[in-house]
Amino acid sequence: MDSSTAAAEEGTNNAPPGGGGRRAGAEILLAARGITKRFGSIAANADVDLVINKGEIHALLGENGAGKSTLVKILYGALQPDAGSVEWQGKPVRVASPAAARSLGIGMVFQHFSLFEALSVSENIALALEKPGTMRSLGERIRAVSREYGLPLDPDALVADLPVGIRQRIEIVRCLLQAPRLIIMDEPTSVLTPQEADELFLTLKRLASEGCAVLYISHRLEEVQRICHHATILRHGKVVAECDPTLETPGSLARMMVGAEIANVAAASRPNETSPVRLSARSLSLAPATPFAVPLTGVTVEVKAGEVVAIAGVAGNGQGELFDALTGERRTAAGMVTIDGTPCGQEGITRRRQRGAAFVPEERLGHGAVPGFRLSSNILLTRHATDDGLVKGGFVAFGRIGEMEKRIKQVYDVRMSHDDPEARSLSGGNLQKFVVGREMSRNPGVLIVNQPTWGVDAGAAALIRQALVDLSRKGSAVLVISQDLDEIYEIADRIAVISRGHLSPAEPAAAMTRERIGLLMAGGAEAGTAAPAPVTAAAGGA
Amino acid sequence: MFEAILLTVITAATPLLLAAIGELVVERSGVLNLGVEGMMIMGAVTGFAVANLTGSGTLGILGAIGAGMALSALFGFLVLVLVTNQVATGLALTLLGLGLSGLIGEAFIGVPGLKLEKLDLPFLSDLPFVGPVIFGQDPIVYMSVAIVIAVAYALARTRAGLVLRAVGDNHASAHALGLSVLKVRFLAVLFGGGCAGLAGGYMSLAYTPQWVENMTAGRGWIALALVVFASWLPWRVVIGAYLFGAVTVLTFHAQAVGAGVPSQLLSSLPYLATIVVLVLISSNRRLTLVNTPACLGKPFVPDR
Ligand SMILES: Nc1ncnc2c1ncn2[C@@H]1O[C@H](COP(=O)(O)OP(=O)(O)OP(=O)(O)O)[C@@H](O)[C@H]1O
Ligand SMILES: [Mg+2]
Repeated sequence: MDSSTAAAEEGTNNAPPGGGGRRAGAEILLAARGITKRFGSIAANADVDLVINKGEIHALLGENGAGKSTLVKILYGALQPDAGSVEWQGKPVRVASPAAARSLGIGMVFQHFSLFEALSVSENIALALEKPGTMRSLGERIRAVSREYGLPLDPDALVADLPVGIRQRIEIVRCLLQAPRLIIMDEPTSVLTPQEADELFLTLKRLASEGCAVLYISHRLEEVQRICHHATILRHGKVVAECDPTLETPGSLARMMVGAEIANVAAASRPNETSPVRLSARSLSLAPATPFAVPLTGVTVEVKAGEVVAIAGVAGNGQGELFDALTGERRTAAGMVTIDGTPCGQEGITRRRQRGAAFVPEERLGHGAVPGFRLSSNILLTRHATDDGLVKGGFVAFGRIGEMEKRIKQVYDVRMSHDDPEARSLSGGNLQKFVVGREMSRNPGVLIVNQPTWGVDAGAAALIRQALVDLSRKGSAVLVISQDLDEIYEIADRIAVISRGHLSPAEPAAAMTRERIGLLMAGGAEAGTAAPAPVTAAAGGA
Repeated sequence: MFEAILLTVITAATPLLLAAIGELVVERSGVLNLGVEGMMIMGAVTGFAVANLTGSGTLGILGAIGAGMALSALFGFLVLVLVTNQVATGLALTLLGLGLSGLIGEAFIGVPGLKLEKLDLPFLSDLPFVGPVIFGQDPIVYMSVAIVIAVAYALARTRAGLVLRAVGDNHASAHALGLSVLKVRFLAVLFGGGCAGLAGGYMSLAYTPQWVENMTAGRGWIALALVVFASWLPWRVVIGAYLFGAVTVLTFHAQAVGAGVPSQLLSSLPYLATIVVLVLISSNRRLTLVNTPACLGKPFVPDR
């Protein structure tokens, strides 16, 4: 490929050198210049230049809080820049609102979904289309197209009933159905399975070859390398580098983002075989609460003091239901769940927290944290009844909460624009670090985490994973539900696989090959033979 | 006798139904307008005044609708553009309506009113028994039925209804999809105002064709409660309004017969009966959850 970037007829070549993955002679689709956006004292974007060519998959990289989401929200008209200009096909435009962006032909997949929970999948999609046709024909189209994209959807399901993995699919399919000229995707694959991500990449490559441009944000550097032609890297709101990701390694990309090396997770000693069981589920069965939920059947798993057990599985196979049953969001028969030997299937969340358990749900904004509450209030919400002394005689000890907030911020490197902000103003990864940190800083005896590093940058993910392992080595039981096999191999002592509400026995991580996990994900030996292949393919990116 | 009772039930239920279906649309868009009573009473006095001055019932109806819309437009401007508190603004709207209507209506106290003509439908009105009762009503009753059917259909089946529900469920997402949240809400508020005005006009042009200060007597508040108890579903609003009307009429007759029950108990009966029935039919929590507008009463200010 040609390493010099040829500009369009206008003759303005603002793109820095080094874009080896770029096609020669490609026309500029969108050029943003000097974009600046301040939130309070910090500049989320400082004088950012970004040029996207037609038919190009352009990666936007940066650590948590670098300003990626802010920049794309400005391009999409959801935020207004303090300074800077945008050109669309050479003409200056003002993107005053998302409606204006959409009429230009810009579609976006938001990091925090923009779905309507009370509406069905097809209604959610119909709202984004100009001419959706009848609901029946749209339903058919969604079924067909989503299958073609490898992101199958049930058009009649209600969004409120669906796990985040499926919600992510809706967002993506909705965006693709709009047939935009520029697709902005803010971490579209963070909750997709490797197979789904592979299918998405095929679709994106096809769209790019048809002339559509893609602006792609991701913390998974392997996939950036695989599909992107060009990358712009942000650090602290500034463009620090542009490069051709195909010529880089994940390590070198990460270095450019963070400006430092990323540590590997180090597990100290192996856990002791004879340690006491701190968390167990025994023949846990649970009827589905909604028509689209997955029933749990005879789930049995034990987590001993000092070990990390991971549950792998494709999204929507009962992970959410299992999490709800273990945390007490849904009650079961008393003996089905025990914490430190005490049957507590009938107890609520607060009671279980008082027994020393802590929980991190997968959906951080709305489930793990109240968007409109300050971080300190969000701390109070999960820790008011535990022995942290945050409430004394019915009065809230704000001083102590403030100290706690500062400590979490420091230890888990949560970056924010000012002190004690509302949860919604944190960048996605920083909020994830906060929610995980809030629960871990209690030193819980039992920790149950669903998707611990969703949307967290490589450095912070390593930090969180190390903290999970360290917590277990101090004698806690840690149960991690994750769709990220690399993460599971990095931290788990034993691995179980969930498939359609059944859980396989947890086996030592060393004995679990990716092939075996793939087979179990597909429903064990009885189900199809096609499943292992995509899993192994995905493993290649590790 | 039975026909007469049925007729009075329809008359008692119609203003509630109209005001409630209008408020249902407003709340489905995510706006809580507590000013229904104020818009109703303004509709009542304006409808009466216009009909009286022009001698035309049709103009009276239009005047009532216009008055309700004008007041709701003020409300819409305050809560949507200036982002004032919806509860406080709605309460103020009711006080404003009550006061202003007293002032305008002063000249019309004791003036004999103009009763709307019954509108007979060809053939249908000649049917035995049901004919005169169901198809011998004044035009506003027909309008109320048509509005309910239209709203129910629009909500469930049309794009406009989908957009309305979307805006009420999640205004941030609606904005992100390029829908105009404030425009949708303003139109919904206007619609609600028109319906409340019409409901008031019905009071002073058909129910009791005269102007009496404060003549809506809290019906706006009942309509507001009906919307909530009906879990924002149009057909449940119909059930609630007619049930309330029926029990009100029955208690009148019971009092007239002198059933030996304390009158206070009797007059609380419509409220009790309506609450019990609507709570029973809304036992399906899922349906309720899906239909409750999640953004109800929350101000929308897009990020800048
Ligand atoms: N509405 C807001 N109010 C105040 N500060 C904000 C707001 N939105 C973003 N910020 C701040 O701007 C900075 C950049 O945030 P942004 O969401 O763009 O990061 P990001 O690069 O997308 O990170 P991540 O990978 O974690 O999603 C962060 O420090 C964040 O706290
Ligand atoms: Mg982001």
